[in-house]
Amino acid sequence: MILLIIIGMSVVTMLPRVFPAFIVDKLQFKDWVNRWLNAIPYAALGALIFPGVLSVNADKPHIGLIGGLVAVVLAYVGLNVIFVVIGAILSVFILTTL
Amino acid sequence: MDTVRENKKTISSSMLMVKRGLAVGFPIMLGYIPIAITYGVLAKQAGLSLTELTLMSVLVFAGASQFMGANMIALGAGAVEIIIATFVLNFRHFVMSLSFMNRLRTVDLKWKLPLSLGLTDETFAVSSLHTEEAKEEKGFLFYGALTITAYLSWVIGSFLGGVLGEVIPETLSQSMGIALYAMFIGLLVPSVKKELRVGFIAIIAMLINVICLQFMSSGWAIVAGTVLGGLSGVYLLKEEHT
Repeated sequence: MILLIIIGMSVVTMLPRVFPAFIVDKLQFKDWVNRWLNAIPYAALGALIFPGVLSVNADKPHIGLIGGLVAVVLAYVGLNVIFVVIGAILSVFILTTL
Repeated sequence: MDTVRENKKTISSSMLMVKRGLAVGFPIMLGYIPIAITYGVLAKQAGLSLTELTLMSVLVFAGASQFMGANMIALGAGAVEIIIATFVLNFRHFVMSLSFMNRLRTVDLKWKLPLSLGLTDETFAVSSLHTEEAKEEKGFLFYGALTITAYLSWVIGSFLGGVLGEVIPETLSQSMGIALYAMFIGLLVPSVKKELRVGFIAIIAMLINVICLQFMSSGWAIVAGTVLGGLSGVYLLKEEHT
């Protein structure tokens, strides 16, 4: 039964991922559609970051918020993504153990 | 002689692409392993066997839906219910894949297929902020290397979580929960510094996501935020020629 669930989950996850690979070759998009698709990464990042970041510690949303702001500052000064990630983990760790 | 030299050149440019792919894939690995371990622990507690929980990572490769799936299995939810919930939660990948595949128009379908299968929030975010490689000859190797790094980290991490069980102290694993958000921020901020307009697109998407969360599931809210927020790009990216 669990195996059946896993296979079902796999199929419904794969189909939306794979479908565009087949159709882009057959479609020519208008200019505005291309601009829309080019904006998707930034829109996706926005939607993935907020308000999800507040749920890092479900009881204390400020911890996720501060961790996020630390990441913004570290990224803004030009640090590599790895150090942005490590810095944010450290700041959340300090805040939760305090 | 010339063909030998040519061969060497393609091999070294292939190697370079793979190396660059591994380098940008590293932060994803850093974010995935602790979360994958957490998933493994949770799935084990939910009653999945080590084979089942690892198989789920191999076949599904979508973090949030796997947490949800394991949870629903533990709660005794029906198969159809779980599968529909997974579809809703992962439907955002359709929009992301459409955007990414549109960038990869010049790449062969035989490469586009595995790349689209390996698309997650994280591989998509990293891939689509590195648009230059899509135009290069061996560019697919760059995206392939970063996707495989992410995939293996996820699968191996899940397995480890299932084997090790509760070994990571809770404060540490909770602190790791910020990792992927920090990575998203670390990807977004440099783009905003370069081009303020993309920051507006992200903020509009955030606001739409917040509004939609009031009356729909988080899966659909992210889809709405991404699709509608992206529409602002139709105006905001008007002068851009990428």
